[in-house]
This record gives sequence, structure tokens and C-alpha cells, in this order.
Amino acid sequence: MNKPIYGVMAEFDNPSALVNAARAAREKGYRELDAYSPFPIEELSDALHLHKNKLPLLVLVGGIVGGTIGYALQYFVTVMYYPINVGGRPLHSWPAYIIITFEMTILFAALTAVFGLLGLCGLPMPYHPTFNVPRFAQASRNRFFLCIESTDPLFDHQKTCEFLETLDPREVSEVAH
Amino acid sequence: MADELQVIDSPESKKIIAPGYTFGTVTDQIASVVLTRKTPYVVIGTFAVAMGLLLIFLLAVALLFTKGLGVWGLRGPTMWAWDITNFVWWVGIGHAGTLISAILLLLNQQWRNSINRFAEAMTIFAVACAGMFPILHLGRPWLMYWLFPYPNTMGIEPNFRSPLVWDVFAVSTYATVSLLFWYVGMMPDLATLRDRSEHRALKVTYGILAMGWRGSAKHWAVYETASLLLAGLATPLVLSVHTVVSFDFTVGIVPGWHSTFFPPYFVAGAIYSGFAMVLALAIPLRSVYGLKGLITDKHLDNAAKVMMATGLIVGYSYIMEAFSAWYSGNVYEQAAMWNRMTGPYKYHYWVLIACNVIAPNALWFKKVRSNSVVLFIWSLIVLVGMWLERFVIIVASLAQDNLPSSWRVFEATRWDWATYLGTIGLFLFLFLLFIRLLPMISIFEVRTLLPQAKIKEDSRG
Repeated sequence: MNKPIYGVMAEFDNPSALVNAARAAREKGYRELDAYSPFPIEELSDALHLHKNKLPLLVLVGGIVGGTIGYALQYFVTVMYYPINVGGRPLHSWPAYIIITFEMTILFAALTAVFGLLGLCGLPMPYHPTFNVPRFAQASRNRFFLCIESTDPLFDHQKTCEFLETLDPREVSEVAH
Repeated sequence: MADELQVIDSPESKKIIAPGYTFGTVTDQIASVVLTRKTPYVVIGTFAVAMGLLLIFLLAVALLFTKGLGVWGLRGPTMWAWDITNFVWWVGIGHAGTLISAILLLLNQQWRNSINRFAEAMTIFAVACAGMFPILHLGRPWLMYWLFPYPNTMGIEPNFRSPLVWDVFAVSTYATVSLLFWYVGMMPDLATLRDRSEHRALKVTYGILAMGWRGSAKHWAVYETASLLLAGLATPLVLSVHTVVSFDFTVGIVPGWHSTFFPPYFVAGAIYSGFAMVLALAIPLRSVYGLKGLITDKHLDNAAKVMMATGLIVGYSYIMEAFSAWYSGNVYEQAAMWNRMTGPYKYHYWVLIACNVIAPNALWFKKVRSNSVVLFIWSLIVLVGMWLERFVIIVASLAQDNLPSSWRVFEATRWDWATYLGTIGLFLFLFLLFIRLLPMISIFEVRTLLPQAKIKEDSRG
């Protein structure tokens, strides 16, 4: 019992119970908690106040960078590095640049979205303490978990377990590090 | 206050999937195709055929590399023929996958959830097949990297004013973004497979692919944002890709090509043929794997409706094409159109009209849309029709260009056939491997469709 643990985890068999439990835990004052579900639940994000993230901003920046690189590349090549004079037409033929600028915008924005997603989620992460709970394999099937982490200032092994028991879970288990 | 946010106002959509499923059963049914079920003999047989065609493809490509482009029927003035036809056909087929995964996601069409995964896979494999043709058509395919701008000792760079270079960027961006979107969409399901598989090697493999996904609410929140953003990016992208493909033609001054309505016409045609391919794959798949409860008649009905709607746009485009040729007052445009209808390619032209304009009208009838065998045949008709459309646009215009003394009727060689059939083999080969190794239906998105997924508000004090 003296060994530090990652947290305690309650298992529920339906999404409504998980959402209600998450709300109750927030109301109780717990802040270092996470819920695990086999599909995204909008109400759960509400309950845990997860609706804001930096991804849209990152993607915007990625897109702008991509577009700028696309345009600058074409400008550099067609005007400075390798100019081709076609019947005296202007070298800076911007209408012809639009498509590649657009494609590069999308490419960079999409790459930022994917790598931003991985970065913000801290993935890839081959090991996580929650995987130590044998029942947790069901989190990708049909079970719903709420984990209150030991870093929470209100965390107390005994009391937190007792609190989780009041939420009518199927099972409460300890998450080892 | 907080309670007001918790209302779900998404419309109750009925009969998207059959009743009686639970989170556990949808998971097990879809995962079992990969993990436990024996591969049906039909699938093994099809795989053998695909493998055979793939070998023919390798042979055809090897011959092309050693002998050059002359093994195809390319003779002046028809220097674009089956290769570019196949390219446009395959890229077009890919478009339905992105439409289903991105545009229908943004439109909140929940029926897409059980067909988006394999439709996206179809996109990626179709784009892979499409990419073969322009590369093989280069003459010296091993120098394909010259298409990209990179610092080189020759001191030359690609011409960014050329639609062919736009195409390189459009198609490679499309392939990359589709692949990323597909992979991101699959991460939670790969985690399911990791947790469901018994064998250690499988666990490790799917574990690596799932990148440690654990269904955390924090991750799901970012994940949902990322899906929407990717869908928002993929939507203009998919429309741009076939637009750029059509620029390959419209920017040229060849009669029958040089027209401003090509982009919407091509995009509609792409979605038309793509939905035909979705149906052609979904109908046998759901019977062979017993997935009629997940890919229901409702899905086929909806896909058939989209197919018909885009088919009607394509039909309208044919009429406009003929009209604008006539109304332009340009003798070359008129001659090119007249040649298509009455010249050496008249059979191709009228068959394509029958396939693309007349045949889809059968889909007005619910009886046709609800009969999966008929629908399967119809989708093959559309695929043939759309291939012929591209063939007629490309070959009929080039073979009878502005200079009658150089006219020549195009004749395909056996290696044209071999390369084309070979890419069908490649497509089926990749697709069947996908079916065997990865979840072909998005498990987590199907779970969200179940009535149990709705949050019941309790009366908390």
C-alpha cells in the first residue's frame, strides 16, 4: 500500500453512468482525472471541460506556412532562378501559382493537424499505467472508465475509492505505475 | 447552466444499422473478420485472380521499361490514350471515398459511419493505381523525381505554369492527405484490435500501429477537432483534385477540351464513378462477411441516390458539351463534337451515353435501388460508362485534331489491356489485403450510432 500508485479507476458499463460519474467527480472537486471510453462522447468533454484545444490554431499556422512556402517557391523558381520568357509575358504570373499554393496550404495544414493531434495527445505512447488494469482492455470495446489520478490534491486512496464506490460502478480498481 | 450544454440535438436517424447490436457485438463482429474468422473461399479465389492480374501488370511494366512506350498503342497524334484515360478513371473513383469520409462528415450524415473506412481505403488504392499511369507514361519512368522541384546539377526546374505540374502537386497532396486521414480514423480501431487479439505478435503489431491509443477523454476531444479539421481540409482538396485533372485538358487548345465547364463536369463524373465503385465493393463484401446489419439496404439506397444525382449532372454536362460546341460557332469545336458522335469512336460515344445518361435513370425507382444484385450490375455499367467517357474525351479529340492529314485511329495493344487490367489486379490485391488485415468498418463510429450511445440525463439533485 505504500508504493505510489497512478490512481484509482472505476469501471462503468454504459456511457451515461460515466458522464454522470465524471460530473460528480468534478463537483466533488477532483481535477486530475481522465475518462476512457470506446467512442467520443460529447457530454463527457463538457463534463471534464475539454472543449478548448490548440489544434485549430496550429493548423491555421501550418496552412499559412504551407501557402507561403508554395508561393515563394514558385516565385523564386519562375522569376529568379529559372525564368522562362514566353512571348514577353510577365515572369511573375501569379494566377498560375494559385493551384500549387493552394495544394501546399492543404498539405501543410493536414500534416500539422495529424502531427499536432499526436503531439497534443502525447502519442505515440506505448506504455501507460492504465494498461496495467487487466479490465482496461475492455475500454476499447464496451466498457467506460473513470480514473482519478494520485496527483490530484484531493486524492486520498481510501476516500477516493469510497467516493468512486458511491457512483455505482461495476468495479473499482487501483492503477499501478 | 451547464445542463443546457448537455442536450444532444442531432437528429434521430432510423434504420442506419439493424436493431439489436450492442457495443460488444459490433466490436466483435467487425474485429472477428480480421482476428478469428476464416477467410471465405470466395475471397481467397478473388485474391488469386487479383494476384494473377498483378503479375500481368508486372510483366507489362517490365516490358514497358525495356522496350519503351511503343508497346502501347500510342502513335501520333494520339499520344495520350489508355494511360491518361485510366489515370482519370482511377483518380475519379477515389473521390467518392473522400466525399464519404469528409464531406458527409461535415454534413453530419451519420449513415457514412459504416462505409467510410473501406471507401477511404478504396480512395487510397485507387489513387495508387492512378499514379501508376502518368509515371509509366513519362517515357523514362525512373526519372519521375524530376517532376518535383529540387536543387539539381542540371540547373533546371519544373514549369509551374503547366497544368501537368499542378497535377503532380494535386495528386500527391491528395494521396498524402487521404492516407493520413485514413490512418487517423483507424487509430482507435487499431487499439481495439490490439486489445482483442490473443497472439503476442498481433498484439505488438497492432499496438505499434495504434500508437498507444487508450480512448482517453482528453484525446477524444482533440481527436474530434482533428477529424473535423481534416474533413474541412479534405473537402476543398478533393474538389480541387479533379478540377486540376480537368485542367490538363482545358488549358490545352485541342478542340473538345478547351472549355470552362470541365471542372464541375469532371468532379461530378468522379463522384459518380466513385459511388459506383463503393457499391460494387460494398454489395459483395456485406454478403460474403455477413455484414448486412451494418451495411444495410439504407446505405445502398443512399449511395444509389448520390450516384443518380451525380449521374444526372454528368448527363447535363454531355448536353452542355454538345450545346456549347454548337453555340460557340467554332468549326473545330463543332467538328470535334460531330466526330465524337459519328466518327470512328461513335460506338464508344453512344455506349457511354447509354451507360451514363440512360442507365442511371433506372435508379429513380425504389425497386431498383433496393435490389442489391441489380444495383451491383448497375454500378459496373456506370464504371464502364465513365471509363468510356474519359476515353472518348481524350482519344477522340486527339485522334482527329486540327490537322486532318495526321489523323489516325487509335488502336489499343494487348499491353494497353495488360496494364489496365493489371491495375485492377493491384487495386483488388491491396483492397483484399486491407479487408483481411484491418477493420473494414469504423468500429468506434458505428458504436456512436447505437441507441445505447445516447447519454440519458438523470435527475441529479
